Amino acid sequence: MSVVFWKELADHFSSRRFMILLTIIVLTGLWATYSAGQTIRLDAENMPTESVFLLLLTSQSGALFPLATFLGFLGPLVGITLGFDAISGEYARGTLSRVLSQPIYRDSLINGKFLAGLATVATFWASILILVIGLGMPLLGFPPNGEELWRMLFFTLIGIIYVGFWLALAMLFSILFQRTVTAALGSLALWLFLAIFVWMVAKVVSDIVVRDPSTPEQLVQQANIETAVSRFSPNTLYSETVHILLNPVARTFGPVLQEQLSGILPTPLALSQSLLLIFPHIATLLALVAVCFAISYIKFMRTEIRT
Amino acid sequence: MSTVIETHNLAKHYRDLVAVNDLNLRVEQGEIFGFLGPNGAGKTTTILMLLGLTEPTSGQASVCGFDPARQPLEVKKRVGYLPENPGYYEDMTAWENLLYIARLNRIPEGEARRRVTLLLEQVGLAADGDRLVREFSRGMKQRLGIAEVLVKEPQVLVLDEPTLGLDPDGAVRILELITKLSHERGLTVLLSSHLLHQVQQMCRRIGIIVKGRMIVQGEVSKLGSAILKERQWNFLVQVDGRTDALENELRSLNGVAEVEPRTGGWLLRCTEDVRPQLVSLVTKKGLSLLQLRSEDPTLEEIYLKYFREA
Repeated sequence: MSVVFWKELADHFSSRRFMILLTIIVLTGLWATYSAGQTIRLDAENMPTESVFLLLLTSQSGALFPLATFLGFLGPLVGITLGFDAISGEYARGTLSRVLSQPIYRDSLINGKFLAGLATVATFWASILILVIGLGMPLLGFPPNGEELWRMLFFTLIGIIYVGFWLALAMLFSILFQRTVTAALGSLALWLFLAIFVWMVAKVVSDIVVRDPSTPEQLVQQANIETAVSRFSPNTLYSETVHILLNPVARTFGPVLQEQLSGILPTPLALSQSLLLIFPHIATLLALVAVCFAISYIKFMRTEIRT
Repeated sequence: MSTVIETHNLAKHYRDLVAVNDLNLRVEQGEIFGFLGPNGAGKTTTILMLLGLTEPTSGQASVCGFDPARQPLEVKKRVGYLPENPGYYEDMTAWENLLYIARLNRIPEGEARRRVTLLLEQVGLAADGDRLVREFSRGMKQRLGIAEVLVKEPQVLVLDEPTLGLDPDGAVRILELITKLSHERGLTVLLSSHLLHQVQQMCRRIGIIVKGRMIVQGEVSKLGSAILKERQWNFLVQVDGRTDALENELRSLNGVAEVEPRTGGWLLRCTEDVRPQLVSLVTKKGLSLLQLRSEDPTLEEIYLKYFREA
């Protein structure tokens, strides 16, 4: 498996499309950091002083997304880029039967490919974060503290799991369709649906269930249904997770009634408490990755390899 | 001599389609076995089952004493397989492609480098080792394929149409290379090819598969005499002069069973030696005899006969 892993890793890092994607993302990352620097003073007033550094990732200026959202949007693209031709590409080149007639277990090929993809994602996510930390220090004039570093580390882990889902999904499609183009289009279509259309679907569903909300209870119910439906999308899971993780003051996901807030001390949560809050989300993301990978695994082990 | 590849009533069904039907195949140690059949006859499916790349619906196979369905890894350690239309990683050099295969076989790095260099030399690609495979011609890719299957130092080679799409010279060279290497290394080779003439020269034994069934299997010479049970003699005749009426007269000769036109002459299939009558007939008609040659049955004839019967 390690042989496949290292070969695939080398392929990823030397492939042209990965270079292009990396350039785009790094450039936009730089821009996002720069624009965060413009508004960070305003936002910092609502943030406890010990976690101002995290604002670099979440502070929003004008029309530009904050970096965390931006990564959540483009991360899937990276995962799909790395995965869509994992197996279909081997079919297309006719290399699969040659490789599988070597004395290796069939799963070591797909495991090696998946791990190489994950390692690439990890490298990419970590380097962007380090870049932002490096740029942020002269911008803000102080280094991040331990708590902030831990939060960023967990942010990276969640990012890897999230992109890992898209990687696993693209690989699944590349096994199911055996044609590179179909696999790419299929995963992109699903990405668009889960990233954009799932919100509309959630809205429609909640409108159907609760018609003409008039009482606060009905409004809350409608909002809850909307959240529940949109949580089918890993994008929602990711953005909610990141929202809690990078914003220690945040302690709820959806809308909150005024009376629920009474008695709450407006202090930042400890890291362990934030993690507790997002634990179900992380578990669901992990499960999604596992399910996708398991289906690909089973499917791949049973296909007949003719070319 | 021991048996290296053996199948017993091997069958593969795809839903309603029977791709391979009760196939019994036997390949002996150290021989080059010609595996022949029309396109879609089930050759590739049989090969895939022998390598454990697909599971048989019923029946057993044994390769080097292992069951490919149960111990595919043991089989793959010992068998080098060159698929029809082998593909390579086009962005890697020939050398890197071979080294990757060597690594997948867990050959130690130093030994792998030594073998790859040696093999590239043996197949005549020593100068092209550092070129990207995408720049290779078809013939070069096939030679690279031969080098690749030898990297693991196998006991058995399974070559699926190694001459497909090559020009005649390239095809002959590939087959010569296979013959040479198999003699040098004492390899057992299962070769599927449509170049019957070359197969006849290379292989002592052949098997012909049609519609998933092995219709005949054995030594080329014996198969040849089997189809010539009644027609013991084959003669090729070429004459010069006015030959319009000659064909009918040839037909009417005692002992001539069939007359088949060939360029500039005829092929006669006869039940007895008609040469004396033939020569006197030609001289009587005032024609000059250019050639009279007795012909052995070619593999082509054997192949076509069994193929048509099936």
